[in-house]
Amino acid sequence: MSDKDTTYQVPIGPIHPALKEPFMINFRLDGETIVDAEAHPGMNHRGIEFMGMHRNPLKVIPLSERICGICSIVHQHMFTTAVEHAAGIEPTNRARYIRTIMAELERIHSHVLWAGVAAHEIGFDTHLHFTWKVREKVMDLLEYIAGNRVNYSMWTIGGVRRDITEKMYPKVNETLDYYESLYKKLEEIFLGDPSIRLRTKDIGILTEEEALRLCGVGPTVRASGVKKDVRIDQPYAAYGDLDLDYVIPSRYGYENTGDVFSKTLVRLKELVQSIDLIRQCVDQMPEGDIDSEPKKAVLLNKLKKADGEGIGRIEAPRGEAFHYARLKEGQEELDCWKIRASTYNNLTTYAPMFMGEQIADIPIIAACIDPCIGCMDRAEIVEINSGERYSYTHEELHVLSVEKTKKILEGSL
Amino acid sequence: MPTSTIYTLIKQLLTKKATNPFPVKYTPNNMHAAASLIESGDLTINPPVELPPDFRGKLSYDVDACIGCQLCLKVCPAEALVFKSEERKVKHYVSRCTFCAQCANICPKDCFEMTEEFLIAGLDKYSDDMILNP
Ligand code: SF4
Ligand code: SF4
Repeated sequence: MSDKDTTYQVPIGPIHPALKEPFMINFRLDGETIVDAEAHPGMNHRGIEFMGMHRNPLKVIPLSERICGICSIVHQHMFTTAVEHAAGIEPTNRARYIRTIMAELERIHSHVLWAGVAAHEIGFDTHLHFTWKVREKVMDLLEYIAGNRVNYSMWTIGGVRRDITEKMYPKVNETLDYYESLYKKLEEIFLGDPSIRLRTKDIGILTEEEALRLCGVGPTVRASGVKKDVRIDQPYAAYGDLDLDYVIPSRYGYENTGDVFSKTLVRLKELVQSIDLIRQCVDQMPEGDIDSEPKKAVLLNKLKKADGEGIGRIEAPRGEAFHYARLKEGQEELDCWKIRASTYNNLTTYAPMFMGEQIADIPIIAACIDPCIGCMDRAEIVEINSGERYSYTHEELHVLSVEKTKKILEGSL
Repeated sequence: MPTSTIYTLIKQLLTKKATNPFPVKYTPNNMHAAASLIESGDLTINPPVELPPDFRGKLSYDVDACIGCQLCLKVCPAEALVFKSEERKVKHYVSRCTFCAQCANICPKDCFEMTEEFLIAGLDKYSDDMILNP
């Protein structure tokens, strides 16, 4: 054996049939086996935060909804929570419940959609068509409640803009019943089918230690047995009143292996959990207003006078996501807006998951964290004077950070 | 297994489709010719599906009721509304609208209403039917 390096490099992305969204992973391969993987985000920067900082908070709500095509509810929810926090506005009780119902409906829609993508990645296109067909049912319900498809425009600062009335309950219940009866079939397909098992069992393993060390979030790490769920750890909306528990495989008699199979299991079980949560919300729905400040002109004035910073932490279908907003007194526009979507954390978990796997497993492992690049890509550095674009590597950032600490210690900053 | 496959197939033929049907069963070879056939009534197309309650479609604007307070401009995220200072009324660009209905909510005179019209694609975004109060 010579000591020559026999590995070679295969870049996948930014545009590649195995990926649904523009990001890039550089693989180092030894034969068919992956020995190193490096994710390169930053291919889809849209400058949404910058746009937001030139608008007043009410104008930003529809903008925040468009950060992601699937999590449109999640981003509105986080943004309004952050602004409410900054301005000291409380949403009404009924609004909290409606927000919860909508958020859980979106989780159902997102997880069913993911199941289809996962099936497609391993070559089961009939399952893709099947899951996307059944997804239409919850899309129809969301449309029925919100008025439009995908961009629901339901949220406002201080509450929601549309009520879920008693007249709507039969349709909500019908949809929930539909998914309940469907669950068995989904389980049969994704957990029972021997060929799907072969492609998902013991593939893309993320151990509990790695999951914790890399700060992964959502179903990606819950599949490894990490008990992490903002809905329980720091309840928002109506989750504090509801009965829910961490969805981890060991609760259902499986091992917390953290492979693709467990991630599928967690997502399917969360579907059941969401149905249960919506039922609880419908049962306990309090009476009252849906908006604490229906006069939007008054609200705008209040927001202009507000001064402070706020955060919104939400358990999105892909895991914890986060918005930060700062308001300045006398200024209509947001002073600062920062978004951190779940995929940003989960991207780092790619490295251990890819290690030692085969090239053919790349698509399913890439899909198993349910990446959403549109949400995630936020940071690119543009030199205003020369128009030059570049990004920092981790090492460079680390050096910068150490230097800053030194400067602060020396008192020169 | 084959029996269950056949059963599923027959069931699928008989159940209502989950998604909207295409306007016509097969893509016409010539779109323009098909469009003129539809106009003359020789070709019928599948109607679009039913709209949900309170659907937010193209805006309608009541020019006479408007008092020019400009509140709607303050909440329009897409800058689809432009103030005409000499007339003290607003102008609405349909092609820019995101159908969020925030303007309809804030207007003190209820000048805006979201209609059910949604087939609003056009070739010229500055044509008269794509601008309200041009
Ligand atoms: S519906 Fe929304 S985007 Fe359209 S004009 Fe009104 S405020 Fe602007
Ligand atoms: S808010 Fe209503 S009244 Fe005021 S300018 Fe707009 S359309 Fe006119």
